[in-house]
Amino acid sequence: MTRRYSALSLFKEGLAGQTGWKQAWRSPEPKLSYDAIIIGGGGHGLATAYYLAKNHGITRVAVLEKGWIGGGNTGRNTTVVRSNYYYPESVELYGLAHRLYEGLSKDLNYNVMLSQRGMVNLCHSTAEMEIGARTVNAMQINGIDAELFSPEDVRRVAPVYNFSPDARFPVFGGIWQGRAGTARHDAVAWGYARAASRLGVDIIQNCEITDFITEGGRCRGVQTTRGAIRADRIGLAVAGHSSVLAAKAGFRLPINSYALQACVSEPVKPILDTVVLSPGCGVYVSQSDKGEIVIGGGLDRIPSYAQRGNLPTLESVIAGLLEMFPIFGQLKLMRQWAGIVDVVPDSSPIIGPSPLPNLFLNCGWGTGGFKAIPAGGTLLANLLATGKHNDISRPFDLDRFAAGRLIDEAAGSGIAH
Amino acid sequence: MQLFPCPFCGPRDETEFHYGGDAGNARPDGADVPTDRWAGYLYRRGNPKGTAREIWVHMSCGEFFVMERDTVTHMVLSSTALGGEHAA
Ligand SMILES: Cc1cc2nc3c(=O)[nH]c(=O)nc-3n(C[C@H](O)[C@H](O)[C@H](O)COP(=O)(O)OP(=O)(O)OC[C@H]3O[C@@H](n4cnc5c(N)ncnc54)[C@H](O)[C@@H]3O)c2cc1C
Ligand SMILES: [Zn+2]
Repeated sequence: MTRRYSALSLFKEGLAGQTGWKQAWRSPEPKLSYDAIIIGGGGHGLATAYYLAKNHGITRVAVLEKGWIGGGNTGRNTTVVRSNYYYPESVELYGLAHRLYEGLSKDLNYNVMLSQRGMVNLCHSTAEMEIGARTVNAMQINGIDAELFSPEDVRRVAPVYNFSPDARFPVFGGIWQGRAGTARHDAVAWGYARAASRLGVDIIQNCEITDFITEGGRCRGVQTTRGAIRADRIGLAVAGHSSVLAAKAGFRLPINSYALQACVSEPVKPILDTVVLSPGCGVYVSQSDKGEIVIGGGLDRIPSYAQRGNLPTLESVIAGLLEMFPIFGQLKLMRQWAGIVDVVPDSSPIIGPSPLPNLFLNCGWGTGGFKAIPAGGTLLANLLATGKHNDISRPFDLDRFAAGRLIDEAAGSGIAH
Repeated sequence: MQLFPCPFCGPRDETEFHYGGDAGNARPDGADVPTDRWAGYLYRRGNPKGTAREIWVHMSCGEFFVMERDTVTHMVLSSTALGGEHAA
């Protein structure tokens, strides 16, 4: 029976006709009670379960997912991993995630295919270059790798960009993060699921939370489509559906849900070896390991729970892409899709206790929470285990909206909010 | 491409409209409004899945109005001028 992935296990299974592999995670029946329940089997929920078990020794844990794990935004994103944020609070958060990503394949014994191919945020005017220099300075002071790129540097990493003299968005330079890149999104969900399951966590799919059980003003469990399940510590990590569950728990969040869409072209030979983001064109793009051009852009214009994305936004994204790379005009689009993301006024996540005691929040990641999964999991696990913030999660508490201490990362979040 | 009904101009392309927030989110009044009330007004949203009552502006004519809309199907249920006299 092969449980650990290694060169030797691969070899043995090759000889045995691949018949001995164990399923990656167990699918047990839900128990009546747990020490902790996590609502939402996306990357953040699964990572929370893993770190609860690994860092805090709490293993009587259930992850409850209404669909299938990783079927939400974690399986729908454009897989960019980076930590090029502006404010120190964000740098602590995304920097932690980035460092954990760098050791994740080894930690989970699961290849998450982190590819640190670098990322450039383009500047299209002298004014944008000045902002770029300021951002690079901030990143360097905060201990994040960053470099101010000249037009020649950009040409070196992205030679197929439109450098012609009459380009609508000429390149004046860019903000470069060499450690940025991509990771395989499904693998992140599956890797955490497998590692958490091996530590005893119950992963329960097709189990929708329909209500909360409250007693004495505290949350004591959840009602689900598979019956009532009780716990005194409950974590909420449902991304675009945070407001829906908050309403059941009796409070409102500073969140609007929007569709964010992406699309991929047919696969072609390697042509783009880095991630390129152009704020002017409202587009970011990379090439997948399969050869597809992966294209992302800004939010849809209308608050929405319709998981498909609307046409005007797709048109402007494609128009922007062709300004950047006229050469891509020949490509066929293979697929287009959308995810429902939870957008917060300051473009920073919400991590901390909720207004309902025993219920803790991990939400508001909006368009950019894939890169943050290891940190979001670590911090929600810490909150569930100790009931308290640590220094990294404290600034992201819900109370920042009443206190006026916003962390306005509209620029660092990368894409128009 | 979806058409949205402006109560003044009739059905127009969705790109002519801009979303303006929850309807009925009244600005608190007075000198001693508690911070939590301000935070509620400024930041907290209903964000319902299903029927929503929202403020929209038709950017072509500049009018603000209330649109009732299903946030899952995007079906428009009603569109009313803020004064309530026109309906489309
Ligand atoms: C098109 C697109 C591109 C993106 N690109 C990037 C990128 O390049 N880089 C980046 O860092 N981020 C990106 N993001 C954002 C990123 O995908 C999300 O921030 C991140 O995946 C959020 O993870 P999560 O675990 O919080 O949510 P999800 O992965 O959405 O998981 C939440 C889960 O909760 C479940 N759920 C909801 N309601 C209930 C209920 N009542 N009961 C039980 N379960 C429930 C859902 O089914 C879902 O599986 C992108 C997002 C999209 C849509
Ligand atoms: Zn009008």
